[in-house]
Amino acid sequence: MALDSVDLEVRRGEVLAILGDNGAGKSTLIKCISGVHRLDAGHVEIDGLPIAMHSPAAARGHGIETVYQDLALFDNLDPAGNFYAGRELGTPSWLPLGMRWLRRSDMSAATSALLGRLQVGISDGRTPVGLMSGGQRQGVAVARSAAFATKVVILDEPTAALGLRESRQVLDLILRLRDDNHAIIVISHAMDHVMEIANRAVVMRRGRKVGEERPTRENRQRLVSLIVGGED
Amino acid sequence: MLIRLGPLLILLAVSGVIALLTPVFLTADNIGNVLSQTAVIAVLAIGQLFVILTRGIDLSVGSTLALSSVVGAMTFSGVGTWWLPVLAMLGVGTLVGSINGVVYVFGRLPHPFIVTLATLSIASGAALGLSGGQPIQGMPKLVQQVGGSRWESLPFSAFLVAATAVIAALMLSRVVWGRWIYAVGGDPEAARRIGIPHRSVLVSVYMFSGLLAGVGALITSGQLDAGSPTFGNLAELDSIAAVVIGGASFLGGRGNVGNALVGALMIGVIRNGMNLLDVQSYEQLIVIGVVIVLAVESDVVRSRLERRLRVLSAAGP
Repeated sequence: MALDSVDLEVRRGEVLAILGDNGAGKSTLIKCISGVHRLDAGHVEIDGLPIAMHSPAAARGHGIETVYQDLALFDNLDPAGNFYAGRELGTPSWLPLGMRWLRRSDMSAATSALLGRLQVGISDGRTPVGLMSGGQRQGVAVARSAAFATKVVILDEPTAALGLRESRQVLDLILRLRDDNHAIIVISHAMDHVMEIANRAVVMRRGRKVGEERPTRENRQRLVSLIVGGED
Repeated sequence: MLIRLGPLLILLAVSGVIALLTPVFLTADNIGNVLSQTAVIAVLAIGQLFVILTRGIDLSVGSTLALSSVVGAMTFSGVGTWWLPVLAMLGVGTLVGSINGVVYVFGRLPHPFIVTLATLSIASGAALGLSGGQPIQGMPKLVQQVGGSRWESLPFSAFLVAATAVIAALMLSRVVWGRWIYAVGGDPEAARRIGIPHRSVLVSVYMFSGLLAGVGALITSGQLDAGSPTFGNLAELDSIAAVVIGGASFLGGRGNVGNALVGALMIGVIRNGMNLLDVQSYEQLIVIGVVIVLAVESDVVRSRLERRLRVLSAAGP
């Protein structure tokens, strides 16, 4: 899937939705922003400065965190283990990371504090996430990204696999992240969810950006016709 | 918690039954025998556990043990010091392990079964070739003591196993590397995406398993004051059985050192008990086989329960 002259911008304290039919280039676009794909042309800027982006780790280093649709959670680890996977807190700091002693209580404390603040309901912080419900798992994955994203959180179809009540919890969680002054990009098929949480919506079709709207009840029809290409 | 202690409870139950059938079982000397006979399986099982936690398998540990013992014995007959043979044994084990890990990871083989099966054959052939098919007598005093000496009834090898187990358990549960092993076993794709050095982690577990095969060679060679190409024959199967009986999952990411030790002891206790009860050796093989199936079946039931629990908690308030 190729992208052509797509230009978008997201600000702190704002939720930007990316809409589009299957194959419109949404996933390709976020993979470019999260460092999975390299750009043939064009660039990503943060705070007005272009950044080098050649791997997911580099993107994370620049404060861009992505929650993929499959969540990339370790079912056999507890929330703290998942939060800090690959960036564990360890001591002493002069050893290579792999050889450091885990600061387990620090990691657990920080994790439960954040999960508590974001109101992700988890009764026992030592439960492996594989034993949690879909909504709790999504909550852990989103909170993990929020914990480390200093700039941008990208969410790929955060409510696609969830029931009504769990979707509600995740939407609330996204709004809390926004109020925490994160810049958030959400890919979603669910129009109702987009209209509720997004400040702006960018519509993609065949690898191009075909429109940008403030999603409101009034222009819902217009967004839908942009997505399906009814105006051509 | 009960689930975690399951293997230990079964071991205690089995020991209780054997103790009722034959009073000799619980004498200090016999317990020392069990520990001494279990030492090698236990050490190999700890290495095997690290590999199985990453969804792998190491079929080569038995022949690696044989090759290490042969090289150790040849080194000793050549130089006569104690430390060079010891280093040679540990070094050969680590070397074979590194070959397993490097070929598996960088050769992009679909499964470690293949490369470790190959090194099983190669190490065994090398041990036979170097030794001319004969045991090589003579081991340093220190190695003999590690393998054969006792403090009261307790064999020195049991202390070596205990020390190894403590270090291994701390590495798995308290050191970042151990956390990475669980992560790579839990979800290799996520580990890669999230930036865990999954290749180094995989190579390292095979190196560690090889190192512990070297430790196993130390114990066996010390017990018999020799190095031999027949040492460790089929020990890979015992070590795998011990890990599985200890409740580790072949799907990776689940298992711990304590339960792997319990699995090794289970095999040792059942063998010892059946010897005391004059059970034929071919019948012992059958019993061990049945125990393995029962252990894996209980594992299946356990994951069912876990899934049930998950569904229940998802439906809860």
